[in-house]
Amino acid sequence: MATPIIRAISLMALLCVWFLLAAIGGDPTVLPSPAALVEPFWQELVSGELVYHLTMTVARVIAAFFTALAAGIVLGFLMGTRPKLDKWLDPWLVVFLNLPALVLIVLCYLWIGLNDIAAVTAVALNKIPGVATIIREGARALDPELKSMATVFRVRPFTYLRHFVVPQLAPFIAGASRSGIAVIWKVVLVVEFLGRSNGIGFQIHLYFQLFDVAMVLVYSLSFIALMLSIEWLLLQPVEKRVQAWRLA
Amino acid sequence: MISVDIKTKNYGQTRVLKDVSFELQRGQCLAVLGKSGIGKSTLLRLVAGIDHDFEGTVRRPEAMAIVFQEPTLLLWRRAIDNLLIIHPQLSEAAARDMLAKVGLGDKADMYPKQLSLGQQRRLSLARAFAGHPELLILDEPFVSLDEATAADMIALTQTLMRELTPATLFVTHEKEEARQLADRTLELAGSPATVVPDCKITEFRREEAS
Repeated sequence: MATPIIRAISLMALLCVWFLLAAIGGDPTVLPSPAALVEPFWQELVSGELVYHLTMTVARVIAAFFTALAAGIVLGFLMGTRPKLDKWLDPWLVVFLNLPALVLIVLCYLWIGLNDIAAVTAVALNKIPGVATIIREGARALDPELKSMATVFRVRPFTYLRHFVVPQLAPFIAGASRSGIAVIWKVVLVVEFLGRSNGIGFQIHLYFQLFDVAMVLVYSLSFIALMLSIEWLLLQPVEKRVQAWRLA
Repeated sequence: MISVDIKTKNYGQTRVLKDVSFELQRGQCLAVLGKSGIGKSTLLRLVAGIDHDFEGTVRRPEAMAIVFQEPTLLLWRRAIDNLLIIHPQLSEAAARDMLAKVGLGDKADMYPKQLSLGQQRRLSLARAFAGHPELLILDEPFVSLDEATAADMIALTQTLMRELTPATLFVTHEKEEARQLADRTLELAGSPATVVPDCKITEFRREEAS
Protein backbone atom coordinates (compact mmCIF):
# COMPACT_ATOMS: atom_id res chain seq x y z
CA MET A 1 0.00 0.00 0.00
CA ALA A 2 1.20 3.51 -0.75
CA THR A 3 2.54 5.53 2.17
CA PRO A 4 0.00 8.40 1.95
CA ILE A 5 -2.88 5.93 2.11
CA ILE A 6 -1.39 4.17 5.14
CA ARG A 7 -0.85 7.56 6.74
CA ALA A 8 -4.48 8.56 6.17
CA ILE A 9 -5.84 5.27 7.50
CA SER A 10 -3.56 5.48 10.52
CA LEU A 11 -4.81 8.99 11.34
CA MET A 12 -8.40 7.86 10.92
CA ALA A 13 -7.70 4.99 13.34
CA LEU A 14 -6.37 7.51 15.88
CA LEU A 15 -9.59 9.50 15.53
CA CYS A 16 -11.61 6.29 16.06
CA VAL A 17 -9.65 5.49 19.24
CA TRP A 18 -10.45 8.99 20.47
CA PHE A 19 -14.18 8.52 19.70
CA LEU A 20 -14.06 5.15 21.46
CA LEU A 21 -12.29 6.47 24.58
CA ALA A 22 -14.70 9.43 24.79
CA ALA A 23 -17.65 7.01 24.55
CA ILE A 24 -16.22 4.65 27.20
CA GLY A 25 -15.35 7.51 29.58
CA GLY A 26 -18.74 9.10 29.10
CA ASP A 27 -17.59 12.35 30.75
CA PRO A 28 -17.26 15.22 28.21
CA THR A 29 -15.54 17.45 30.83
CA VAL A 30 -12.62 14.97 30.97
CA LEU A 31 -12.45 13.87 27.31
CA PRO A 32 -15.01 15.34 24.93
CA SER A 33 -15.67 13.39 21.74
CA PRO A 34 -14.17 14.92 18.57
CA ALA A 35 -17.69 15.74 17.40
CA ALA A 36 -18.23 17.85 20.50
CA LEU A 37 -15.31 20.11 19.49
CA VAL A 38 -16.84 21.24 16.22
CA GLU A 39 -19.28 23.64 17.84
CA PRO A 40 -16.77 25.49 20.13
CA PHE A 41 -14.23 25.54 17.28
CA TRP A 42 -16.76 27.21 15.00
CA GLN A 43 -17.68 29.76 17.69
CA GLU A 44 -14.04 30.73 18.30
CA LEU A 45 -13.45 30.98 14.57
CA VAL A 46 -16.48 33.18 13.92
CA SER A 47 -15.81 35.45 16.92
CA GLY A 48 -12.26 36.03 15.61
CA GLU A 49 -10.65 34.91 18.88
CA LEU A 50 -8.98 31.86 17.35
CA VAL A 51 -7.55 33.80 14.42
CA TYR A 52 -6.27 36.58 16.69
CA HIS A 53 -4.43 34.22 19.04
CA LEU A 54 -3.13 32.09 16.17
CA THR A 55 -1.75 35.23 14.50
CA MET A 56 0.01 36.37 17.68
CA THR A 57 1.60 32.96 18.16
CA VAL A 58 2.64 32.57 14.53
CA ALA A 59 4.19 36.08 14.62
CA ARG A 60 6.29 35.03 17.63
CA VAL A 61 7.25 31.77 15.93
CA ILE A 62 8.38 33.66 12.82
CA ALA A 63 10.35 36.26 14.80
CA ALA A 64 12.07 33.64 16.94
CA PHE A 65 12.69 31.36 13.97
CA PHE A 66 14.46 33.97 11.85
CA THR A 67 16.42 35.35 14.80
CA ALA A 68 17.62 31.87 15.76
CA LEU A 69 18.38 30.91 12.18
CA ALA A 70 20.33 34.11 11.37
CA ALA A 71 22.36 34.05 14.58
CA GLY A 72 22.89 30.29 14.43
CA ILE A 73 24.07 30.37 10.81
CA VAL A 74 26.60 33.16 11.48
CA LEU A 75 27.87 31.49 14.66
CA GLY A 76 27.99 28.02 13.11
CA PHE A 77 29.74 29.29 9.99
CA LEU A 78 32.40 31.14 12.00
CA MET A 79 32.99 28.13 14.26
CA GLY A 80 33.11 25.74 11.30
CA THR A 81 35.66 27.80 9.39
CA ARG A 82 37.84 29.03 12.31
CA PRO A 83 39.13 26.07 14.35
CA LYS A 84 40.65 28.32 17.05
CA LEU A 85 37.38 30.15 17.65
CA ASP A 86 35.63 26.79 17.63
CA LYS A 87 37.84 25.49 20.45
CA TRP A 88 36.97 28.52 22.58
CA LEU A 89 33.26 28.63 21.86
CA ASP A 90 32.50 24.92 21.82
CA PRO A 91 32.15 24.64 25.64
CA TRP A 92 29.65 27.53 25.55
CA LEU A 93 27.66 25.68 22.95
CA VAL A 94 27.56 22.60 25.16
CA VAL A 95 26.35 24.67 28.13
CA PHE A 96 23.60 26.37 26.12
CA LEU A 97 22.57 23.13 24.42
CA ASN A 98 21.95 21.64 27.86
CA LEU A 99 20.16 24.64 29.34
CA PRO A 100 16.45 23.69 29.68
CA ALA A 101 14.11 25.95 27.73
CA LEU A 102 12.16 26.66 30.92
CA VAL A 103 15.25 28.11 32.65
CA LEU A 104 15.96 30.41 29.70
CA ILE A 105 12.36 31.58 29.54
CA VAL A 106 12.14 32.39 33.25
CA LEU A 107 15.51 34.18 33.24
CA CYS A 108 14.62 36.21 30.15
CA TYR A 109 11.34 37.31 31.71
CA LEU A 110 13.15 38.22 34.94
CA TRP A 111 15.93 40.15 33.23
CA ILE A 112 14.19 41.71 30.24
CA GLY A 113 10.64 41.99 31.57
CA LEU A 114 7.30 40.43 30.73
CA ASN A 115 7.26 41.51 27.09
CA ASP A 116 7.54 40.13 23.59
CA ILE A 117 11.25 40.93 23.28
CA ALA A 118 11.92 38.67 26.25
CA ALA A 119 9.62 35.99 24.84
CA VAL A 120 11.25 35.94 21.39
CA THR A 121 14.77 36.22 22.86
CA ALA A 122 14.17 33.23 25.10
CA VAL A 123 12.90 31.05 22.26
CA ALA A 124 15.69 32.15 19.90
CA LEU A 125 18.41 31.59 22.52
CA ASN A 126 17.04 28.13 23.11
CA LYS A 127 17.44 27.22 19.43
CA ILE A 128 20.63 29.09 18.37
CA PRO A 129 23.05 26.40 19.69
CA GLY A 130 21.20 23.68 17.80
CA VAL A 131 21.27 25.63 14.53
CA ALA A 132 24.94 26.54 15.08
CA THR A 133 25.88 22.88 15.63
CA ILE A 134 24.28 21.78 12.35
CA ILE A 135 25.70 24.69 10.33
CA ARG A 136 29.15 24.11 11.82
CA GLU A 137 29.13 20.60 10.33
CA GLY A 138 28.25 22.11 6.96
CA ALA A 139 30.95 24.77 7.21
CA ARG A 140 33.55 22.13 8.08
CA ALA A 141 32.57 20.21 4.96
CA LEU A 142 33.02 23.18 2.58
CA ASP A 143 35.12 22.04 -0.37
CA PRO A 144 38.69 23.40 0.01
CA GLU A 145 39.34 22.95 -3.73
CA LEU A 146 36.47 25.27 -4.58
CA LYS A 147 37.97 27.77 -2.14
CA SER A 148 41.35 27.48 -3.92
CA MET A 149 39.66 27.90 -7.27
CA ALA A 150 37.90 31.04 -6.03
CA THR A 151 41.22 32.40 -4.76
CA VAL A 152 43.01 31.94 -8.07
CA PHE A 153 40.18 33.42 -10.12
CA ARG A 154 39.88 36.27 -7.59
CA VAL A 155 36.20 35.67 -7.01
CA ARG A 156 34.78 38.53 -4.94
CA PRO A 157 33.77 37.72 -1.34
CA PHE A 158 30.07 38.36 -1.90
CA THR A 159 30.05 36.14 -5.00
CA TYR A 160 31.92 33.47 -3.07
CA LEU A 161 29.36 33.62 -0.29
CA ARG A 162 26.37 33.56 -2.61
CA HIS A 163 27.42 31.02 -5.23
CA PHE A 164 29.96 28.87 -3.38
CA VAL A 165 29.12 28.86 0.33
CA VAL A 166 25.34 29.16 0.49
CA PRO A 167 24.64 26.33 -2.02
CA GLN A 168 27.03 24.05 -0.14
CA LEU A 169 25.39 24.92 3.16
CA ALA A 170 21.85 24.73 1.75
CA PRO A 171 21.11 21.15 2.87
CA PHE A 172 22.38 22.02 6.36
CA ILE A 173 20.35 25.25 6.46
CA ALA A 174 17.27 23.31 5.35
CA GLY A 175 17.86 20.68 8.04
CA ALA A 176 18.43 23.33 10.71
CA SER A 177 15.28 25.16 9.60
CA ARG A 178 13.12 22.11 9.84
CA SER A 179 14.40 20.94 13.21
CA GLY A 180 14.35 24.59 14.34
CA ILE A 181 10.75 25.30 13.46
CA ALA A 182 9.64 21.99 14.98
CA VAL A 183 11.13 22.93 18.35
CA ILE A 184 10.35 26.63 18.21
CA TRP A 185 6.60 26.35 17.73
CA LYS A 186 6.39 24.11 20.76
CA VAL A 187 8.58 26.33 22.95
CA VAL A 188 6.63 29.46 21.95
CA LEU A 189 3.54 27.93 23.58
CA VAL A 190 5.44 27.56 26.87
CA VAL A 191 6.65 31.16 26.68
CA GLU A 192 3.08 32.36 26.16
CA PHE A 193 1.79 30.09 28.87
CA LEU A 194 4.23 31.60 31.38
CA GLY A 195 4.16 35.27 30.59
CA ARG A 196 2.09 36.63 27.73
CA SER A 197 -1.49 37.86 27.61
CA ASN A 198 -2.36 36.55 24.16
CA GLY A 199 -1.45 33.69 21.82
CA ILE A 200 -2.34 30.00 21.80
CA GLY A 201 -0.20 29.31 24.86
CA PHE A 202 -2.03 32.02 26.80
CA GLN A 203 -5.42 30.59 25.76
CA ILE A 204 -4.36 27.10 26.83
CA HIS A 205 -3.31 28.55 30.19
CA LEU A 206 -6.67 30.34 30.50
CA TYR A 207 -8.78 27.28 29.75
CA PHE A 208 -6.51 25.11 31.89
CA GLN A 209 -7.41 27.32 34.86
CA LEU A 210 -11.09 26.95 33.93
CA PHE A 211 -10.66 23.15 33.54
CA ASP A 212 -12.19 23.45 30.06
CA VAL A 213 -10.71 20.45 28.24
CA ALA A 214 -12.70 21.07 25.06
CA MET A 215 -11.29 24.59 24.58
CA VAL A 216 -7.73 23.45 25.39
CA LEU A 217 -8.12 20.84 22.66
CA VAL A 218 -9.67 23.31 20.21
CA TYR A 219 -6.77 25.74 20.52
CA SER A 220 -4.03 23.07 20.58
CA LEU A 221 -5.35 21.13 17.61
CA SER A 222 -5.94 24.25 15.49
CA PHE A 223 -2.38 25.33 16.10
CA ILE A 224 -0.93 21.87 15.43
CA ALA A 225 -2.90 21.69 12.18
CA LEU A 226 -1.61 25.10 11.09
CA MET A 227 2.05 24.33 11.88
CA LEU A 228 1.95 20.93 10.17
CA SER A 229 0.44 22.46 7.03
CA ILE A 230 3.15 25.16 7.01
CA GLU A 231 5.75 22.41 7.21
CA TRP A 232 4.16 20.30 4.45
CA LEU A 233 3.05 23.06 2.13
CA LEU A 234 5.88 25.54 2.57
CA LEU A 235 9.09 24.13 4.06
CA GLN A 236 9.23 20.77 2.31
CA PRO A 237 8.59 22.17 -1.21
CA VAL A 238 11.22 24.87 -0.62
CA GLU A 239 13.69 22.20 0.49
CA LYS A 240 12.97 20.21 -2.67
CA ARG A 241 13.52 23.24 -4.89
CA VAL A 242 16.85 24.09 -3.28
CA GLN A 243 18.03 20.51 -3.89
CA ALA A 244 16.90 20.42 -7.54
CA TRP A 245 20.45 20.38 -8.94
CA ARG A 246 21.18 17.10 -7.14
CA LEU A 247 18.40 15.33 -8.99
CA ALA A 248 19.09 16.96 -12.38
CA MET B 1 55.86 38.54 -16.58
CA ILE B 2 55.82 35.96 -13.82
CA SER B 3 58.82 35.61 -11.61
CA VAL B 4 59.07 32.97 -8.94
CA ASP B 5 61.80 32.74 -6.35
CA ILE B 6 61.03 30.31 -3.56
CA LYS B 7 63.72 29.91 -0.90
CA THR B 8 62.02 27.34 1.32
CA LYS B 9 58.65 25.82 1.96
CA ASN B 10 58.02 23.77 5.09
CA TYR B 11 55.11 21.65 6.21
CA GLY B 12 55.56 21.68 9.97
CA GLN B 13 59.12 20.45 10.56
CA THR B 14 59.50 18.95 7.08
CA ARG B 15 61.10 21.04 4.36
CA VAL B 16 59.47 20.14 1.06
CA LEU B 17 60.84 22.74 -1.37
CA LYS B 18 64.19 24.51 -1.58
CA ASP B 19 65.51 27.12 -4.03
CA VAL B 20 63.04 26.93 -6.87
CA SER B 21 63.15 29.95 -9.13
CA PHE B 22 62.12 30.66 -12.68
CA GLU B 23 60.66 33.35 -14.90
CA LEU B 24 57.90 33.01 -17.41
CA GLN B 25 56.78 35.34 -20.23
CA ARG B 26 53.40 35.56 -21.91
CA GLY B 27 52.98 32.92 -24.57
CA GLN B 28 55.48 30.59 -22.91
CA CYS B 29 54.63 27.27 -21.37
CA LEU B 30 56.74 25.79 -18.60
CA ALA B 31 56.13 22.17 -17.67
CA VAL B 32 56.87 21.15 -14.10
CA LEU B 33 57.84 17.49 -14.02
CA GLY B 34 58.61 15.16 -11.16
CA LYS B 35 57.45 12.03 -9.40
CA SER B 36 54.09 12.18 -7.65
CA GLY B 37 54.41 13.48 -4.12
CA ILE B 38 57.61 15.38 -4.91
CA GLY B 39 56.02 18.80 -4.32
CA LYS B 40 54.75 19.83 -7.76
CA SER B 41 51.31 20.66 -6.45
CA THR B 42 52.83 22.51 -3.50
CA LEU B 43 54.87 24.65 -5.88
CA LEU B 44 51.80 25.35 -7.94
CA ARG B 45 49.80 26.44 -4.90
CA LEU B 46 52.55 28.89 -3.96
CA VAL B 47 52.68 30.33 -7.48
CA ALA B 48 48.89 30.55 -7.67
CA GLY B 49 48.69 32.42 -4.37
CA ILE B 50 46.57 29.76 -2.69
CA ASP B 51 49.25 29.17 -0.04
CA HIS B 52 51.19 32.19 1.28
CA ASP B 53 53.13 30.37 3.98
CA PHE B 54 56.66 30.19 2.52
CA GLU B 55 59.95 32.07 2.29
CA GLY B 56 60.62 33.82 -0.98
CA THR B 57 58.82 35.98 -3.48
CA VAL B 58 56.35 35.36 -6.28
CA ARG B 59 55.35 38.06 -8.74
CA ARG B 60 52.14 37.17 -10.52
CA PRO B 61 49.63 39.04 -12.68
CA GLU B 62 46.06 39.91 -11.69
CA ALA B 63 44.34 37.78 -14.30
CA MET B 64 44.99 34.16 -13.40
CA ALA B 65 43.25 30.91 -14.15
CA ILE B 66 43.65 27.36 -12.96
CA VAL B 67 42.60 23.93 -14.15
CA PHE B 68 42.72 21.29 -11.45
CA GLN B 69 42.86 17.51 -11.78
CA GLU B 70 39.24 17.44 -10.70
CA PRO B 71 36.89 19.70 -12.69
CA THR B 72 36.10 21.67 -9.46
CA LEU B 73 32.84 23.07 -10.81
CA LEU B 74 29.86 24.65 -9.11
CA LEU B 75 27.64 21.57 -9.38
CA TRP B 76 24.59 23.63 -8.38
CA ARG B 77 24.91 26.08 -11.28
CA ARG B 78 24.38 25.48 -14.99
CA ALA B 79 27.40 25.12 -17.28
CA ILE B 80 27.08 28.66 -18.62
CA ASP B 81 26.70 30.09 -15.11
CA ASN B 82 29.91 28.33 -14.16
CA LEU B 83 31.63 30.75 -16.57
CA LEU B 84 29.53 33.84 -15.84
CA ILE B 85 29.80 33.66 -12.05
CA ILE B 86 33.58 33.30 -12.12
CA HIS B 87 33.98 36.01 -14.78
CA PRO B 88 31.36 38.70 -14.06
CA GLN B 89 32.73 40.91 -16.84
CA LEU B 90 32.03 38.18 -19.42
CA SER B 91 28.97 38.69 -21.64
CA GLU B 92 26.57 35.80 -22.07
CA ALA B 93 27.35 35.68 -25.79
CA ALA B 94 31.08 35.43 -25.07
CA ALA B 95 30.43 32.67 -22.56
CA ARG B 96 28.39 30.73 -25.13
CA ASP B 97 31.19 31.22 -27.68
CA MET B 98 33.69 29.83 -25.20
CA LEU B 99 31.48 26.81 -24.52
CA ALA B 100 31.16 26.24 -28.28
CA LYS B 101 34.95 26.33 -28.62
CA VAL B 102 35.35 23.45 -26.17
CA GLY B 103 32.50 21.55 -27.83
CA LEU B 104 29.86 22.22 -25.20
CA GLY B 105 27.79 24.62 -27.33
CA ASP B 106 24.60 22.64 -26.79
CA LYS B 107 25.23 21.93 -23.11
CA ALA B 108 25.11 25.51 -21.78
CA ASP B 109 21.94 24.98 -19.75
CA MET B 110 22.90 21.65 -18.25
CA TYR B 111 24.12 21.08 -14.72
CA PRO B 112 27.67 19.71 -14.45
CA LYS B 113 26.44 16.36 -13.13
CA GLN B 114 24.53 15.86 -16.38
CA LEU B 115 27.85 16.01 -18.26
CA SER B 116 30.40 13.23 -18.66
CA LEU B 117 33.76 13.54 -16.90
CA GLY B 118 35.43 14.53 -20.18
CA GLN B 119 32.82 17.24 -20.73
CA GLN B 120 33.24 18.49 -17.15
CA ARG B 121 36.99 18.77 -17.74
CA ARG B 122 36.37 20.76 -20.91
CA LEU B 123 34.01 23.04 -19.02
CA SER B 124 36.78 23.59 -16.50
CA LEU B 125 39.12 24.42 -19.39
CA ALA B 126 36.57 26.84 -20.87
CA ARG B 127 36.28 28.55 -17.48
CA ALA B 128 40.05 28.99 -17.34
CA PHE B 129 40.39 30.54 -20.80
CA ALA B 130 37.19 32.62 -20.63
CA GLY B 131 38.89 35.20 -18.40
CA HIS B 132 41.78 35.78 -20.86
CA PRO B 133 44.32 34.90 -18.18
CA GLU B 134 47.85 36.24 -18.22
CA LEU B 135 48.89 33.29 -16.09
CA LEU B 136 47.35 29.87 -16.62
CA ILE B 137 48.06 27.07 -14.19
CA LEU B 138 47.35 23.50 -15.23
CA ASP B 139 47.50 20.92 -12.45
CA GLU B 140 47.58 17.54 -14.20
CA PRO B 141 44.37 18.29 -16.07
CA PHE B 142 44.58 15.22 -18.31
CA VAL B 143 44.97 12.39 -15.77
CA SER B 144 42.42 9.58 -15.55
CA LEU B 145 40.98 10.36 -18.97
CA ASP B 146 40.97 7.66 -21.62
CA GLU B 147 43.61 8.09 -24.33
CA ALA B 148 41.35 9.53 -27.03
CA THR B 149 39.70 12.01 -24.66
CA ALA B 150 43.06 13.07 -23.26
CA ALA B 151 44.42 13.60 -26.78
CA ASP B 152 41.39 15.75 -27.62
CA MET B 153 41.82 17.78 -24.45
CA ILE B 154 45.52 18.34 -25.12
CA ALA B 155 44.84 19.47 -28.69
CA LEU B 156 42.11 21.79 -27.44
CA THR B 157 44.37 23.23 -24.76
CA GLN B 158 47.08 23.79 -27.35
CA THR B 159 44.70 25.66 -29.65
CA LEU B 160 43.43 27.88 -26.85
CA MET B 161 46.96 28.57 -25.62
CA ARG B 162 48.01 29.73 -29.08
CA GLU B 163 44.94 31.92 -29.37
CA LEU B 164 45.06 33.60 -25.97
CA THR B 165 48.83 33.36 -25.25
CA PRO B 166 48.84 33.14 -21.48
CA ALA B 167 52.00 32.32 -19.60
CA THR B 168 51.34 28.70 -18.70
CA LEU B 169 52.59 26.65 -15.82
CA PHE B 170 51.84 23.01 -16.54
CA VAL B 171 52.25 20.42 -13.83
CA THR B 172 52.38 16.83 -14.99
CA HIS B 173 54.21 13.57 -14.49
CA GLU B 174 53.79 12.52 -18.14
CA LYS B 175 56.84 13.57 -20.15
CA GLU B 176 54.91 13.00 -23.35
CA GLU B 177 52.26 15.55 -22.35
CA ALA B 178 54.99 18.02 -21.44
CA ARG B 179 56.62 17.50 -24.84
CA GLN B 180 53.38 18.35 -26.60
CA LEU B 181 52.45 21.49 -24.68
CA ALA B 182 55.56 23.00 -23.15
CA ASP B 183 58.54 24.82 -24.56
CA ARG B 184 60.54 24.56 -21.36
CA THR B 185 60.61 22.10 -18.50
CA LEU B 186 61.59 22.24 -14.92
CA GLU B 187 62.08 18.98 -13.11
CA LEU B 188 61.78 18.66 -9.37
CA ALA B 189 63.70 15.99 -7.51
CA GLY B 190 65.31 15.26 -4.17
CA SER B 191 64.28 15.88 -0.60
CA PRO B 192 63.62 18.74 -0.09
CA ALA B 193 62.72 18.98 -3.75
CA THR B 194 64.68 21.37 -5.91
CA VAL B 195 65.22 22.07 -9.60
CA VAL B 196 67.06 19.54 -11.76
CA PRO B 197 68.47 21.31 -14.84
CA ASP B 198 66.94 19.76 -17.94
CA CYS B 199 66.52 21.19 -21.42
CA LYS B 200 65.77 18.22 -23.67
CA ILE B 201 62.22 19.23 -24.33
CA THR B 202 63.19 22.80 -25.11
CA GLU B 203 65.48 21.54 -27.84
CA PHE B 204 62.84 19.26 -29.17
CA ARG B 205 60.35 22.06 -29.56
CA ARG B 206 62.88 24.31 -31.24
CA GLU B 207 63.65 21.62 -33.80
CA GLU B 208 59.99 21.19 -34.44
CA ALA B 209 59.52 24.93 -34.88
CA SER B 210 62.44 25.41 -37.28
